[in-house]
Amino acid sequence: MAQTVFAPWTDPQQKPLIEFRNVTKRFGEFTAIDTLSLDIYEREFFALLGPSGCGKTTMMRMLAGFETISDGEIWLGGQEIGSIPPNKRPVNMMFQSYALFPHLSIWENIAFGLKRESRDKDAIAARVEEMLRLTRLTKFAKRKPHQISGGQRQRVALARSLAKAPKLLLLDEPLGALDKKLREETQFELMDIQEKTGTTFVIVTHDQEEAMTVASRIAVMDEGRLVQVATPPVIYEQPNSVYVAGFLGDVTVLEGKARKAGDVYELDWAEGQPPLRCVSPLTLSNGQTGYVAVRPEKVEIHRNKPEDDNVLRGKVIDIGYLGNLSTYHVELGNGQIIKAQNFNTERDTRRSFTWEDEVWVNWTDRCGVLLEG
Amino acid sequence: MRRFALIAVPYLWLLLLFLIPFVIVLKISLSDVALARPPYMPQLDLSTGWEGLKAFFAELDFENFTFLTTDDLYWKAYLSSLKIAAISTLLTLAVGYPIAYGMARAAPEWRPTLLMLVILPFWTSFLIRVYSWMGILSTEGVLNTVLLKIGIISEPLMIMNTPTAVYIGIVYTYLPFMVLPIYSALEKMDESLIEAAEDLGCSKLAAFWLVTWPLSKNGIVAGSFLVFIPALGEFVIPSLLGGSGTLMIGKVLWEEFFNNRDWPVASAVAVILLLILIVPIVLFQRNEQKAREAEG
Amino acid sequence: MRRFSWFNATSLTLGFAFLYLPMILLVIYSFNESRLVTVWAGFSTKWYGELFRDQEFLDAAWVTVKVAVFSSTLATILGTMAAYVLVRAGRFLGRTLFSGMIYAPLVMPEVITGLSLLLLFIGIGLDRGVFTIVLAHTTFSMCYVSVVVSSRLSSFDRSLEEAALDLGCSAFEAFRLVTLPIIAPAVISGWLLAFTLSLDDLVIASFTTGPSATTLPIKIFSAVRLGVSPQINALSTILIAIVTIGVITTSIITKRASQAQARDEQAAIRAED
Repeated sequence: MAQTVFAPWTDPQQKPLIEFRNVTKRFGEFTAIDTLSLDIYEREFFALLGPSGCGKTTMMRMLAGFETISDGEIWLGGQEIGSIPPNKRPVNMMFQSYALFPHLSIWENIAFGLKRESRDKDAIAARVEEMLRLTRLTKFAKRKPHQISGGQRQRVALARSLAKAPKLLLLDEPLGALDKKLREETQFELMDIQEKTGTTFVIVTHDQEEAMTVASRIAVMDEGRLVQVATPPVIYEQPNSVYVAGFLGDVTVLEGKARKAGDVYELDWAEGQPPLRCVSPLTLSNGQTGYVAVRPEKVEIHRNKPEDDNVLRGKVIDIGYLGNLSTYHVELGNGQIIKAQNFNTERDTRRSFTWEDEVWVNWTDRCGVLLEG
Repeated sequence: MRRFALIAVPYLWLLLLFLIPFVIVLKISLSDVALARPPYMPQLDLSTGWEGLKAFFAELDFENFTFLTTDDLYWKAYLSSLKIAAISTLLTLAVGYPIAYGMARAAPEWRPTLLMLVILPFWTSFLIRVYSWMGILSTEGVLNTVLLKIGIISEPLMIMNTPTAVYIGIVYTYLPFMVLPIYSALEKMDESLIEAAEDLGCSKLAAFWLVTWPLSKNGIVAGSFLVFIPALGEFVIPSLLGGSGTLMIGKVLWEEFFNNRDWPVASAVAVILLLILIVPIVLFQRNEQKAREAEG
Repeated sequence: MRRFSWFNATSLTLGFAFLYLPMILLVIYSFNESRLVTVWAGFSTKWYGELFRDQEFLDAAWVTVKVAVFSSTLATILGTMAAYVLVRAGRFLGRTLFSGMIYAPLVMPEVITGLSLLLLFIGIGLDRGVFTIVLAHTTFSMCYVSVVVSSRLSSFDRSLEEAALDLGCSAFEAFRLVTLPIIAPAVISGWLLAFTLSLDDLVIASFTTGPSATTLPIKIFSAVRLGVSPQINALSTILIAIVTIGVITTSIITKRASQAQARDEQAAIRAED
């Protein structure tokens, strides 16, 4: 049986669940969101990623109804929601601080939203039990929020916001308060729960690894605008700008003048250094400023000069040993530093390269990414 | 609609029972005494319309304020209130700082108890606390009896009904207002700052003077205003402990109103007291604002 | 390790002696057989007996309690509303005036507040008595309540209210089901503060009362003007005892609660999943 890939955004027949149509949000003089349009599809796990102050939280709060829209429209499931107050929207939110009601037990916290809908008691109890099972909290039902651990609180917040089976669940930095190890475990748990319930998740985070792990698509934001919206592999391997390349993962960026040379571009970037060859779908005019971004794991490091593209000579000035791999900072003759990463596949305590070693680095013409800005 | 009601109810209450009364005080301070009920004139008579209003305003004048400047009782009372409030603020600081310092440096498990001990008198009746000194300071009081018995003095000290008794009363009753802000400033202070100062070559005294004192300044300023402002208009303390020799403006206002039944002059006294108070109140607000901003 | 400091120990001892000796003396002398402070004529509770036989004192106590209960309850309602307006209502016309009117009574000399309210009551022809004292006390204590409650409200995690809205509450339901239960301790301390302020007040009550209503502070003041009175010592002792028991009980309750909370949190951390 052929597994169909989940990619509704590639299908023009699909109707998006959420549509931002030229949405602008101003706080006085300050423009937090600038004429932004974005489609999010049903069952997506969509991540809004960016540094603090980029407008990602404002986007989420507009979806929840806590911020009004200055200009434009937001549609949810075929309905314009700009004028609907938060308590009438089929949207629930998991707060960064979890916002668990301290005076209510875990059970009452989860039941809180259900009770507002005036359902009958048995239906509420059944739903709460179901949510408790889903988040493995059954034995803590009677406790108060301060009587459980941080990880458990996070799951209560999730259970409470999912209890009303919203069309859309918003998660504001949901794992920000957890320590690294718990955070990694919880990321997979979140994905499981999202899959089980089939709810559309929109997550706001500043943690790029978290976004890469959980999201079906990521929107990278900067100063109230979307810089790139794509799947995690595309964002990582084919960033559309120096900003995106630098925001996700480690990268070396070299600036120069581009020149077409057959089916590749050559970038003249420094006196006395060979031009950098790069395959690219972009069309750049001759002499236009361009950048080559290359990820450290794509850079090979050699003791002898290899016969290949983009071979540069330098010496090792810094080594970061991370256990599974080592990062080398190689300084070229002109002072430029190139980062290279090697997997430590052998259990050998002697390192293959050491400080002050004269080395050669290179990467193939398919490994670097040519960028316009 | 709900929001409107929520704002309107307390707003109207305060307008009606706080702001309008002040306007009335201001108005009466510009009126004349009359042998009538109420004992001042002109009376505003709205039934005569615009003409009545004009006649009403024409009758108002600053006569009472001129009177306050001619009779030296008043300006002496203002000056003496300022002096008493200032001196007792300094005394309260001198008594309160060591207490606050000792509390902040006490073992953490003791601090809540010490704090409670400072706050406890604050919940006890003000009047009773002032009254308790009457039995101590009077000529046949506890203090004189004890001192005479030990033989430190041969004649009883005359403290009761002097400004000294008023100082003691103010320091005693307002002490918590001074201790609490200084304590909270000192308690927040990181003790390693002192260790750092000593590590960098300060003596204990120099470390206190260069680090602890400046860091408790906000608390000191706040505490000083919290003592100075109410002390300025104090009535109970001078009238119970100060005797006839101690002039304070709160007492003058009371007597003007209740004994002389001169409402216009009492109102004028109130207006001037308020004008004098504006300066420290504004300074106090600024200090609080700065402290809040510094804390982010 | 913290070293024991003679300076700190001395300043604390002297400080607390200064704070408590006068009151302790008052309590001791309330049990003195003699009317004079100078003479200790033996232990006696006769002043308490006299106090409880004095109808005027009992009447005054009753008036005071009535005034305090009504005014502190009204002040708590109004003050909580005002605090909510200050912290949550955002901008509205006359906001500066409003917050000014909340803070001004805190620093206003009592003689001025009393005088101005009296002039108002006379101006509108209101008969002075319990009702006017309640109005006056409510006005200044609501400001204290609103300061206490608004400091709790501004440290309150706003997202708790947003979560309530998000889960389907109307604004009023969010206040009733989430905000109010959480700020309840501050509201209660506001009420206690207002109650104590009302019990305590001499100046404003003297201005705003009429011949029909004499409060305890007015009675005490007129009794002690002329000198020490053993009956007042007895009354003071009773009041001091009530306050002391009240404050110590509350502090034990809060201490227990915070210890229980700390214990629970420790247990929760240890029992991580």
